[in-house]
Amino acid sequence: MLRKGFILAALGLAFVAGPSFAATHPEEPKGVHWSFEGPFGKFDQAQVQRGYKVYREVCAACHSMSLLSFRNLGEKSGPFFDDKYKNPNDNAYVKAISKDYQINDIDSETGDVIQRPGTPADRFPSPFPNEAAARASNGGALPPDLSVIIKARAQGPQYVYSILTGYVAPPAGLEVPPNQHYNPYMPGDVSAFYKGKGHVPAGGFIAMAPPLEAEKVTFDDGTKSTIDQQAKDVVAFLAWASEPKQTERKQFGVAAMIYLLIFAGLLWVSYRRIWKNVAH
Amino acid sequence: MSGHSNYEPKTGFERWLDTRLPIVRLAYDSVIDFPTPKNLNYWWTFGGILAVCLGIQIVTGVVLAMHYVPHVDYAFNSVERIMRDVNYGWLVRYMHSNGASMFFIAVYIHMFRGLYYGSYKAPREVLWILGCVIYLLMMATAFMGYVLPWGQMSFHGAVVITNLFGALPVVGESITTWLWGGFAVDNPTLNRFFSLHFLLPFMIAGVVILHIWALHVPGNGNPTGVNVKSKEDTVPFHPYYTVKDGFAISIFLLMFAVFVFFQPNALGDAVNYVPANPLVTPAHIVPEWYFLPFYAILRAVPDKLAGVLLMFGAIAMLFVLPWLDTSKVRSMRYRPTAKLYFGIFVLACLVLGYCGGRLPDDHVIGNLSTFQLLDADLNSMVWLSRVATAYYFAYFVVVLPILGLTETPLPQPESISAPVLPANAPAGAAASPEKRG
Repeated sequence: MLRKGFILAALGLAFVAGPSFAATHPEEPKGVHWSFEGPFGKFDQAQVQRGYKVYREVCAACHSMSLLSFRNLGEKSGPFFDDKYKNPNDNAYVKAISKDYQINDIDSETGDVIQRPGTPADRFPSPFPNEAAARASNGGALPPDLSVIIKARAQGPQYVYSILTGYVAPPAGLEVPPNQHYNPYMPGDVSAFYKGKGHVPAGGFIAMAPPLEAEKVTFDDGTKSTIDQQAKDVVAFLAWASEPKQTERKQFGVAAMIYLLIFAGLLWVSYRRIWKNVAH
Repeated sequence: MSGHSNYEPKTGFERWLDTRLPIVRLAYDSVIDFPTPKNLNYWWTFGGILAVCLGIQIVTGVVLAMHYVPHVDYAFNSVERIMRDVNYGWLVRYMHSNGASMFFIAVYIHMFRGLYYGSYKAPREVLWILGCVIYLLMMATAFMGYVLPWGQMSFHGAVVITNLFGALPVVGESITTWLWGGFAVDNPTLNRFFSLHFLLPFMIAGVVILHIWALHVPGNGNPTGVNVKSKEDTVPFHPYYTVKDGFAISIFLLMFAVFVFFQPNALGDAVNYVPANPLVTPAHIVPEWYFLPFYAILRAVPDKLAGVLLMFGAIAMLFVLPWLDTSKVRSMRYRPTAKLYFGIFVLACLVLGYCGGRLPDDHVIGNLSTFQLLDADLNSMVWLSRVATAYYFAYFVVVLPILGLTETPLPQPESISAPVLPANAPAGAAASPEKRG
């Protein structure tokens, strides 16, 4: 029996789950309209810039974005892209941003471990030197890297927005464990912690405390800094970071579709003409 | 490749080459002058579409291999680097990952076409079996390719599938260790999967050549299932079918492009953008959509070995199909009863695909509670899979053998030309309104 159970578990089956198992589902993510949706959607550069500021001042305290380099910020459709600087490494904003960071390096003369100001070619530095350090500082939880977070979650933009704005006081009867927070949009199962009546509340526990507060980030363009605004903007930034080539992809796609449609039309006409005199 | 060659070398060089290596003659006889039934419908264009799919996968795959790093620590990031820093790397990678799905869409249509029109019947048994070999190689290639990005689903999918071999008695464990190159799915596994993922497509290309060779001996089947009787029944492959296939290919590429450019991740699982972590198992391990029917068959039985045997048996059915179907009538156009059973078979395959993507305990109909039958609620995916699995096998081992002996087929036309020439056999033409096109 034990062997069988092991085999089934190895298969990833849910057979082993007994009738007492009652997985709850998280709430459907909130529906939000994004400027980058659809075949013609584009990033709103001002929004992505604001989103970068939210990431930098709030998220970056715990979350790495190890796949991003500063130069990416100045690439086409990036938050600090400027027509004047075709090469993002020359971009004045990008240079200024990267210089604000101290990057660990090795002195090439002496071999000593040093810190030097960043350059556009450097990756975003991670807040923790390693996973153990990250867990130690976060009550045992590991803040996920945000480089591809929007692609790594079903309904990515809606999901991340819903998590950020979805914190509510735990329903009566729900005992929230220490260092955890209740969020109805978080996948999980809180049934073991629910002593109340009726249905087990949807959602799960998340180790991240509600990260956003009104006016926590001051937007340089004067946009009112509400939680909702911060969440939308940071999601736009993360969506860009997950797929920095998506605007280019869609523009290429429109051209490719037009080309293929014309090509198909020509082939259709040729087909009709060639087959005109064949009874078939 | 068979019969009389009409090739006449036109230049001195072609005459010189023709007596030494008649390769131009081979090409001329195979793709220019090849006599092809004139009544092929659009279901017959998927052979050409599949050739294009294989070409796209090989070309994009070779380019990806130039940038990909097959190492557990670098694989995930190297794929993201391709998407971010390699020029048009996003295009190459999305064409390749969506190309696999497109390849399977086309191959499933191609196979159902063969099942409906009896393309596996004499004298095309070897042609059909070679096709089954290609399909098997495609599945192996696609599975190993999915492991390469080393995301969560890559890793845990590899664990689940390689563990299937562990169900074999006595040798199972040794085989699994041998496949892994160690005692768990790890770097050696990734390395060998990369190597094989590069090798197998060229084996597919080799079997495709045999497949086309075997096709060109008896020639194409056709929607009536009646043999070609005279030159009147055929047209030369070029330009008639090059243009028709070309048109179908361009429409197929339009659909392909919609996915690549506007929905590149719609067919994949978001979890695969989380780097592989052996210590965290995803809540719901599912294969890519094209394996879901087999996944449902695997899970339909509560015994691992039986599930594995059933799953491979489902593919084995295809190999022996030419000797299971007893009907002498090729096309189901003239087999109304068989047509009905075929329709249910297609439905069963779709139902299996649906079940494979859900959890076995999920309800089929909303919150309706029924009763426990053996090990699961009657209103559950696992019971739906069982019904569909039973029909899947029954179609091959019960329906097709018996139906061929008991049914009364409709009259078949005298020849391919007969039903389309207005003066002849109006009854046959009326019975097949779908042949136009």
